Amino acid sequence: MSLSERLHPGINLAGTDPESHEAAEEVLFGFWIFLMSDLVLFAVLFATYAAMSVQGIAEGPRPAEVFDLTAAFLETLLLLLSSCAFGFAMLEMKYRENRRGVLGWLLVTGLLGAGFVGMELHDYYVMITAHGAPPQASGFLSAYYLLTGTHALHVSSGLVWMAVMAVQVAALGMNPAVKLRLMRLALFWHMLDVVWIGIFTFVYLYGVVS
Amino acid sequence: MNWELVFGQIKWTSFVFAGMIENPSLSEAIASGAGSLAVLGAIATVILLTVKGWWVPLWRDWLTSVDHKRVGIMYIVVALIMFARAVIEAALMRAQQLSAYDGGGFLSADHFGQLFSTHGTIMIFFVAMPFITGLMNYVMPLQIGARDVSFPLLNAISLMLTVAGAMLVMVSLVVGRFSTGGWSAYPPFTGIEFSPDEGVDYWIWAVSLGSIGSTLTGLNFAVTIYKKRCPGMSLFRMPLFTWTTLCTSILMIFAMAPLTAATIMLALDRYAGFHFFTNGDGGNMMNYANLFWLFGHPEVYILILPAFGVWSEVVATYSSKRIYGYTSLVYATMCIAVLSFAVWLHHFFTMGQSANVNAIFGIATMIIGVPTGVKVYDWLLTMVGGRIRLSTAMLFHINFLLTFILGGMTGVLLANPGVDFQVHNTLFLVAHFHNMIIPGVLFGMFAAVQFWFPKAFGFRLHEGLGRASFWCFAPGFLLAFFPLYWLGMMGATRRTFEWSNPDYLPWLALAMLGAALILAGFAFMTAQFIVSVRRREELAAPLGDPWDGRALEWSIPSPPPAWNFAVLPQVTARDAFYEAKKDGTAYRSPAGYEDIEVPRNTATAPLIGLFACAWAFGLVWHIWWLAILSFVLIWAVVIARSFATDTEETVPAATVRAANEAFLAAVRAAPGVTRDQEMTAANRGRAIPESLEGGAGALAAGAAMEVTR
Repeated sequence: MSLSERLHPGINLAGTDPESHEAAEEVLFGFWIFLMSDLVLFAVLFATYAAMSVQGIAEGPRPAEVFDLTAAFLETLLLLLSSCAFGFAMLEMKYRENRRGVLGWLLVTGLLGAGFVGMELHDYYVMITAHGAPPQASGFLSAYYLLTGTHALHVSSGLVWMAVMAVQVAALGMNPAVKLRLMRLALFWHMLDVVWIGIFTFVYLYGVVS
Repeated sequence: MNWELVFGQIKWTSFVFAGMIENPSLSEAIASGAGSLAVLGAIATVILLTVKGWWVPLWRDWLTSVDHKRVGIMYIVVALIMFARAVIEAALMRAQQLSAYDGGGFLSADHFGQLFSTHGTIMIFFVAMPFITGLMNYVMPLQIGARDVSFPLLNAISLMLTVAGAMLVMVSLVVGRFSTGGWSAYPPFTGIEFSPDEGVDYWIWAVSLGSIGSTLTGLNFAVTIYKKRCPGMSLFRMPLFTWTTLCTSILMIFAMAPLTAATIMLALDRYAGFHFFTNGDGGNMMNYANLFWLFGHPEVYILILPAFGVWSEVVATYSSKRIYGYTSLVYATMCIAVLSFAVWLHHFFTMGQSANVNAIFGIATMIIGVPTGVKVYDWLLTMVGGRIRLSTAMLFHINFLLTFILGGMTGVLLANPGVDFQVHNTLFLVAHFHNMIIPGVLFGMFAAVQFWFPKAFGFRLHEGLGRASFWCFAPGFLLAFFPLYWLGMMGATRRTFEWSNPDYLPWLALAMLGAALILAGFAFMTAQFIVSVRRREELAAPLGDPWDGRALEWSIPSPPPAWNFAVLPQVTARDAFYEAKKDGTAYRSPAGYEDIEVPRNTATAPLIGLFACAWAFGLVWHIWWLAILSFVLIWAVVIARSFATDTEETVPAATVRAANEAFLAAVRAAPGVTRDQEMTAANRGRAIPESLEGGAGALAAGAAMEVTR
C-alpha cells in the first residue's frame, strides 16, 4: 500500500515517523467514528434545547434574561486559544519530538481549558444566585444546563486525559503509543471547539437576540 | 451511625422475601421463588465451579480473554441465560391472562407490570442484542479473513458492560423491584412523581450500560470491516452476513446515542428534579417518545439485519447454490438501514401530530416493505433449482419466510395511521412485533447456532433434537401469537392483567398452549446442547467444513486456532472458499509462515464490568459512596491499563506451521462426504463440493478430484 493511501484525517506523521503513521490508520479512523457517535449525542441535545428554549420556558426566565454574552465570548476565546496551543504541542511532537516543548504547550492548553471550565462554572453560579435560574426552574433551563454541562464535562474529561498524557510523555517518552494517544486527544479537543462554536451561536447569540 | 450513608435506600423490606413474610400471597410466593432461583442459581454456579476446579480456567481462558471468538461465545451464553428467564416470564404472563377472567388470576397488577417490563427489556437488550453481537463477533472476522477485530480489548469491555447490565436486571429479582413502565419506560409514568421507587432506576442504568456497550461494539465492528479485510476482499466480495454486520454497526453508532440521551434526561428528572419530561414547568414528555424511538426504530433493524445475513448464508449453503441477486441483497440492506431512521414517528401516530406528518411517516414505513420484499424473493429464488437439504437451520428459514411475510403485512396495515388509531394499543400490536422479532431475529439466531456451532466447537449439534425443537417452536409461535391479532381486533388492550370479556377466553387459551409449546421447544434445545456435548466424539467435525460452506470461515479448522488464519488468505471472488474448492486451490500449503502477534489476556475488561455493575447498583439505591468509588475505580483501571506496554505476545512461525500442516494433512487424508451424508457420523468436516453452478461436469470433476487424492 502506498503512503498516500494510508493518509488519515488529523496530523500526518508521514515524513518523520512512518511507523506510527501506519499504526495510526486504524486507531484514528476508529476514534473519528467514536467522535461521530458523540456528535449524534450533541445533536440530540441541541434538538432538545431547540424545542425547550421556546416551548419549555414555563414560569421561568427567558434565554435573553439570563445569558451573559461577554462571558460567553471570553469563554469562546479561551477555548479557541487552547485549541491553538494544542496545535503547537502537536507540531512539537511531529517535528522535534521535544518532550519539554510538548509538555509546555500541553500545560498552556490545560490552563486555558481549565480557565474555560472555571468561567463556565462561574456563569452557572451567577445564573443560579443572581437570576434565580437553576436547572430545576424550567424545561428550558434543564435543557440549557444539560447541553452546556455535557460540553463542560467533555472538556473536563479532556483535561484529565491531558494530565494523564503529560505523565505518559514524561514517564514513557515519545513512543508510538503515546503519540497516537496525543493525536486522538487532539481530535477530541478540536471537536469540543466545534461543538462550542455551535453552542455559542445557537444558545448564546440566538438566545440574546430573540 | 447513619445507616442510610452506608446502605442508601436499601431496607430489609427491600428484599423480595420480606414481601412473602409480611404479605403472603401466590403473587408474592412467585416473586420470592424467582428471587430464590436467582440466589440458588448463583450459589449452585459457585459450588459447581469450585467442585470442578473451573475457577482458574474460567478466569484464565474466558473472562480475561480478548479473543473475538471467545468474546462472541460469552455473549451468546449471556443471551441464552437471559432468554431462559424472559421466556418463563412470558409463559407466566400468558397463564395470568388466561386465569384472570373476571378478576381472577394469581398475580398482583404490580407484579404483572414488572413482568412485562422485564420481559421486554431483557428480550431486547439482554437476549437479542447480545445474541446478534455475539454472532457478529464470532463470524464476521472469520468471514473477512482477519485475525481479530480492530480493538480486541474494547470488544471485551463492551461484553462486560452488557454483562453488568444483565446482572443488574437479575439483582432486581432479589433486591427491590423492577420498573412497571414497560420496556420503553414512557414518562411521566416513569417520572419520580408516579414511580418514586427504585424500579425505573434499575431500568435506566441496566439499559444505559447495555447501550454504551453496543455503541462501542458498533464502532469496533465498522472499523474492523473497513480496515481489516484480507487482500482482495473488496466490499462487493464480502459475504452477506458481513454486509449486514456493517450496516448494523453503522446503525449502532448512530442509534444508541439518542437512547443514552433519553435515559440521562430521565435520570436527571428523577434524581435532580430537572424538567425534561415532567407534566409541569415546561417539561415535554413527547420529546421522550421522539428520542426513545429515534433509537427504538433503528434498533428493530439492528436486530433484524444480522438475522437477514444469517438467512442469506443458510439458504445458499443448504441449497448448494450461489445466493441469488447478491447485489440487490446488498443494496436492499443499505436501503433498509437508511430508511430505518425515517420512520420512528409511526410509534406514536396517535399522540397528537398533524395528519400530514402521520401520512408522511406512514408512507415511509410502508416503503421499507420494498427492499425487504426484494430480499424475500432473492431467498426464494436461491432455492429454485437448488440441492435443498431440510436441516434444522433450513427448516427455520422456510418457516421464517412464511411467518415473516404475514408479520410484514400486518406491519403495512399498522403503517396506515387510520388503522393504527384503531389497534395501536391492543394485542394486535403485540402480535405484530412478536411476529417480526421471533421468526426474524430469534429463529434467525437459532438457525445461526445450528449452522455455526460446529465451527465454534468442532462438533455438530444433534440433528434429531434440533428438529424436535423446531417442531415445537414453529407451531408454538403460531399458536401463541396469531390469536393475539384476533384478540386485538376484538379490543383486548395490551399490558392488561385481568379481563371481563368472555369472548377472549378461547383465544387466550390457544395462546397459552402456544406458550407451552415454546417452552417445550426451549427444553428440546437445551437437551440438544446436552446430548450433543455428550456425543461429541461421534458428532465431531474438526476438519472445519461440514456443510460445504462458501465463505472463508469454513476453510480453517474447527474450532479455529487463536490466530484464525495461519496465513492471511488472498481472495479473488465472492464465495471465496467455495471457489477455491471448485478450482482445486483449497487446502494448499502456503509458501511460508510468519510469527503472529496476538493480544495478551487482561483483567481490564472484567474489572471494568464489575465496577460498572457496582456503580449502577449504587446509583439505583442512592448509595453514593459506592457510586463514586466504583466510578473512580472504572477510570483508574482504564488509566492504569494505558500505562501497560507489554500487551501482545508472539506465536512463533514454527507453532503456526505445525498446527496448520497437521490440519491440512488431516483434511487431505479424509475421504470427504457428500451432501447425502452430511447429517451422518461420516461427516468429519471435509465436504465434497457440490457445484450446481458448473453443471454436472463440475460435480463429476469434484468427485474425481476426491478419488485422485
